[in-house]
Amino acid sequence: MTGAEAAAVAGEEAPGALDKPVSLWRRLRRHRLCMTGAVIFGCVLLLALFADLLQVLPPEKMQVRLRFKTPDFPYPLGTDNYGRDIWSRLVHGARLSLSIGFAVALVTGITGTLIGVAAGYFKRLDSPLMRSMDALMAFPAILLAIAIAAALGPSASNAVIALSVVYTPRTARIVRSTVLVVREMDYVQAARACGGVDLWIIWRHVLPNCMAPLLVQLTFIFAYAILAEAVLSFLGVGPPPPAPTWGSMIAEGKDYLREAPHICLIPGMAVALVCLGINLLGDGLRDVLDPRLRVQIG
Amino acid sequence: MIEFVLRRLLAALPVLLLVSLISASIMELVPGDPAALIAGQGATNIEIANIREQLGLNRSFVARLGGWYHDLARGDLGNSILLNRPVTQAIAERLPVTLALAGFALLLTVAVGLPCGVVAAVYANTWIDQAVLTFALIGVSVPNFWLGLMMIVLFGVMLDWLPAGGYVPFSDDPLGWVRCLILPGISLALLQVGLLARITRATMLEVLQQDYVRTARAKGLPFISVVGKHALKNVMVPVITVIGISFGLLLSGSVVIETVYSIPGMGRLLANAVFGRDYPLIQGGLLLTAAVLVLLNVAVDVLYAVVDPRVKYDRR
Repeated sequence: MTGAEAAAVAGEEAPGALDKPVSLWRRLRRHRLCMTGAVIFGCVLLLALFADLLQVLPPEKMQVRLRFKTPDFPYPLGTDNYGRDIWSRLVHGARLSLSIGFAVALVTGITGTLIGVAAGYFKRLDSPLMRSMDALMAFPAILLAIAIAAALGPSASNAVIALSVVYTPRTARIVRSTVLVVREMDYVQAARACGGVDLWIIWRHVLPNCMAPLLVQLTFIFAYAILAEAVLSFLGVGPPPPAPTWGSMIAEGKDYLREAPHICLIPGMAVALVCLGINLLGDGLRDVLDPRLRVQIG
Repeated sequence: MIEFVLRRLLAALPVLLLVSLISASIMELVPGDPAALIAGQGATNIEIANIREQLGLNRSFVARLGGWYHDLARGDLGNSILLNRPVTQAIAERLPVTLALAGFALLLTVAVGLPCGVVAAVYANTWIDQAVLTFALIGVSVPNFWLGLMMIVLFGVMLDWLPAGGYVPFSDDPLGWVRCLILPGISLALLQVGLLARITRATMLEVLQQDYVRTARAKGLPFISVVGKHALKNVMVPVITVIGISFGLLLSGSVVIETVYSIPGMGRLLANAVFGRDYPLIQGGLLLTAAVLVLLNVAVDVLYAVVDPRVKYDRR
């Protein structure tokens, strides 16, 4: 019996349990904006997955004679200041951006859940853990990420670490608040009365009932992370050149705004489009999974 | 009231302590020898030794931490390596510019975001509502530094309406000051406008369903004054929080926006510190911003109590 079913038997509504995938999908499909977001995200995901097939040239291949070409055949989006094909860099950049975003969401999901559950379930750990989270949250997100990334040195994995440190407290806070509700539910009390071991109760009853808000939050963190990674790369503390990140493509284009604005224009639009897609998806998920917040979207 | 303020400040103390500890530890994250990294390739051993001495890397972490708190108590955040002068002095010099920019952006945020949110809630589920929500969504999705660059191309280069960057002090040329704040202000505010409009709309929708709004309408009060007087007052509580958060985001957003627009503010100072691996400056900037935000949160809490009489002073 899963937590959700246990809740149903006990006649209580679990605050954040996920539905069965089929009914969830059916409800999501009716949400038009959410589907729009899913389609946008799906397209970019395909570009990222098949970047090697879609590329015109290797993304790092420079051609000195073909610098600043405007979009035309055979370079569909033109070339940049080193004569590299922007389209090829864009699809490889999608791979990099989505991987970093996904890694941040994954790491944040795991650490945030661990901390959130520990703080919410074990009262003794609550105060020290959450005060530390408060302290981390006192820093503006981007600024702390920049500082950490600058200290660790520019690389993709360090960007993931920096952004995960920044977004973990926000996730932990949401998980904790759900756990605080769930742990008082009768079915958790019953499991405890039956002599259930804490870790087993957490795994079997608490965690499944925290999934919905967590999933919604992670979707938004995915989008934030992609935006923030662009900022880090733009400031030169993301993956080092010649890695084709969207942020560094914008940074390189900014010196040629007059002559060749397309170098800058295209990767920025890619960031905006992906974030728009993920945000739409997240809004839809929230509408469907978290009815308490439905008012916000309307 | 005073007791309430004091208690909030006291509650903020542990967070401030942790914040300073985190700022102080940033340099510990540097893999290898920070001094060699700062000095760069081709630096002599003497140069590296000098920087090591300057950063106090010869001492243990605990000793350095003790020194950091000792200096902090005297309002000293150490010396910037790149600028070769006190961090506090460098930041204090640049802070007014950033505050002007962030203040301008905050003004824009409230002036645009609040009315947009209210209108969207009043005309919920019409095309106006859709337009505001779409705009808000775009605001949350577009990278602001990129938008800044695009606006430079459009308004600064192609149309030549506004300066493409730089900063004119207010005392030199008030009009020029406003002109050079417009583009960076808009780039910085866009994200916050989106957030504020969404929160205002959501809160307003909830408030409009309350009984007292219906009563006021039933009394025959015009809709405008019901929204403007009865509802807006109740919307203000969450909105103040968002504005408080916004200011922090605006401050940190200035790091990248000031770089884009070559504005000599604290943000650009910190961005340069990141480029140059000027750790004392990064740490100082981090600590100051976080401290300002923690205190701002206290101020927001106090403001709650002023705006909303239901918030009690005497209970937490």
